[in-house]
Amino acid sequence: MKRFLLPLGIFLALAVFLGLGLKHDPREVPSPLIGKPAPAFNLPTLGDAQRSLRKEDMLGKVWMLNVWASWCGACREEHPVLVEFARRNVVPIYGLNYKDERPDGLAWLRAGGNPYVESLFDHDGRIGIDFGVYGVPETFVIDQQGVIRYKQIGPITPEVLRDKIEPLLRQLHG
Amino acid sequence: MADRMLQVHAERGPGSPRLLGWFGWLGGWLSLCLRPVSVLCLALSLVLSCLLASPAHAGEAQPLADNPEQEARMMAIASELRCLVCQNQTIADSHAGLAIDLRQQIREQLQQGKNEQQIREYMTTRYGNFILYRPPVEGNTVLLWFGPGLLAVGGLGFLWWNLRRRARMSAEAFDPDTPDAPDQA
Repeated sequence: MKRFLLPLGIFLALAVFLGLGLKHDPREVPSPLIGKPAPAFNLPTLGDAQRSLRKEDMLGKVWMLNVWASWCGACREEHPVLVEFARRNVVPIYGLNYKDERPDGLAWLRAGGNPYVESLFDHDGRIGIDFGVYGVPETFVIDQQGVIRYKQIGPITPEVLRDKIEPLLRQLHG
Repeated sequence: MADRMLQVHAERGPGSPRLLGWFGWLGGWLSLCLRPVSVLCLALSLVLSCLLASPAHAGEAQPLADNPEQEARMMAIASELRCLVCQNQTIADSHAGLAIDLRQQIREQLQQGKNEQQIREYMTTRYGNFILYRPPVEGNTVLLWFGPGLLAVGGLGFLWWNLRRRARMSAEAFDPDTPDAPDQA
């Protein structure tokens, strides 16, 4: 009997580790930017190429930055959730229109509704890289001091809003 | 090592099912221990093939690099970085949009005179150590770096200890040969 204990123990340890490994989503890479100041940006808006927004313009308020694109499939799923959330006026949502074409982006907003106060137009995706974006959609919650407090990789769902984002917003709004 | 195992096996009598069970188990252990080695071989051959293959597609889309030497440096840096979109490829190999953008970033930064260390820092401040195929040795990577070696040393140590223990055991400690064992027939 005793001679089975060691292999059994090893088997169980392996099974536990492999089982834990199954729970991890390898596509979710934790961002090193959480708790760090958001990267600087100065980008034209999607609606008006003459108007631009800088990071400094956003200081003093809690805001959400949602990275989206008209070519992004998962954004289609997320969009109605954002439109609904924007209607509740909990937090200003800004968009980062990532590696998109202006007419495509504008057409998308006309068709699906516009949840954004403004969308920044990141044509070459450089600001996306500064934010560590690697898959669209991604969403950041940024506080009054311009520090990134949360990053959602993949679409925002009602559950994510309820369990993650809204509690954080309540805490940030004090 | 395998020869010695066979030899021991032959001396102790081939018919003992208990012994066979043990060796099956030991073999499993040994193959588990040798696994990092074979993974290493696989990784080495992959790296080699990548190194040999990379000049072939180094020529794609390079608006800024007319300079083959810089392009080679760029590919050398990019082949140490993990593509975040298709995670089992390097940024040098991947055709994902982000990988192309990041290669362009490396080109531009090389042109600005940045060194490899600075470029790697640029990548890790945005994407974390995950982007490095060779992460630094830190608390949470110690096992990654030294685990396979420890496992191999531990496994070989266990094998050595066990073989010595069995060599010292008297013949009575083992099950007697059964008459229906194949080579008794």
